[in-house]
Amino acid sequence: MDFILQPWAWYVAGPIIAICMFLMFFFGKKFGVSSNLETVCSMGGAGKFVDFFKFDWRKNKWNLVFVVGLIVGGFISDQWLTPSEAVAINPNTVSDLAEIGIHNAGATYLPDQIFSIEAMLTVKGFLILLIAGVLVGFGSRYAGGCTSGHGIVGLSSLSLESFIAVGGFFIGGLIMTWFILPYIF
Amino acid sequence: MKYIKYLLVGILFGITLSKAEVISWFRIYEMFKLQSFHMYGVIGSAVAIGIVVMYLFKNETLKTLHGEPIIVEPKKKGVSRNLIGGIIFGLGWALGGSCPGPMYILVGKGVVSILVVLFGAHLGAFLYHAIKHKLPH
Repeated sequence: MDFILQPWAWYVAGPIIAICMFLMFFFGKKFGVSSNLETVCSMGGAGKFVDFFKFDWRKNKWNLVFVVGLIVGGFISDQWLTPSEAVAINPNTVSDLAEIGIHNAGATYLPDQIFSIEAMLTVKGFLILLIAGVLVGFGSRYAGGCTSGHGIVGLSSLSLESFIAVGGFFIGGLIMTWFILPYIF
Repeated sequence: MKYIKYLLVGILFGITLSKAEVISWFRIYEMFKLQSFHMYGVIGSAVAIGIVVMYLFKNETLKTLHGEPIIVEPKKKGVSRNLIGGIIFGLGWALGGSCPGPMYILVGKGVVSILVVLFGAHLGAFLYHAIKHKLPH
């Protein structure tokens, strides 16, 4: 039981992710999280403003149920499977983060400077969270997939489109991490 | 009841990304600083096994629950859509430290502020479809 409570190594997580992907296809569906964003927009009546969203969201109910599973999985993990909140990141990462104003890196899963309620309630903090979400939602639908659809399924299918998209993920991520984050906090 | 299997896969996926700390902002930052193998190992080993799984789908060794061949829909072609969309996604991934899966998982973890990110993600998806006719694909 103890090994479940420890942080899981990459060679445990990677294969389980592949199994999850396999299972979704085995059940006759797809493996991709970001298309749910469109399903929820459609469900919420976005079709009144943009024709694209006039599709019948009910046909994607299976994927919404999958996402509910993600929420439940996050809850179970947090409640019963994660005795320590510490994330053992590289000490160099910790000192790099201290230099850009993010202290106690790795003491918890998330930095307080971005995710605490206090940060969320400031204009700047709220905008950081909102813009991060808008970029992810906009970019993933523009590219037609996120880390699951392009990153896992696409790369596994050796799809050229997904290699380009994942290359883009890294270009964007490197620009944000190296050239923008240092000036935000 | 036929939906419960999707719920269970979601739970497994959610627990796995939580326990492997893929939902940690710090792990994403560390990945983009190229200071740890962890995230590359997670994605790389998933893809390595995924390549075998896809091969077995293609030669029909593996079929669906109902015995039908598994066809993986190809992604839409176009350098602009994949590259520009990818870059925009990457900027957000590194800023918020979470891609769509982890956003939902963090809701389950009880992180209130992730709801702002999740709202933003829906807004972003909406905006894309509202202006996509003006964008290069």
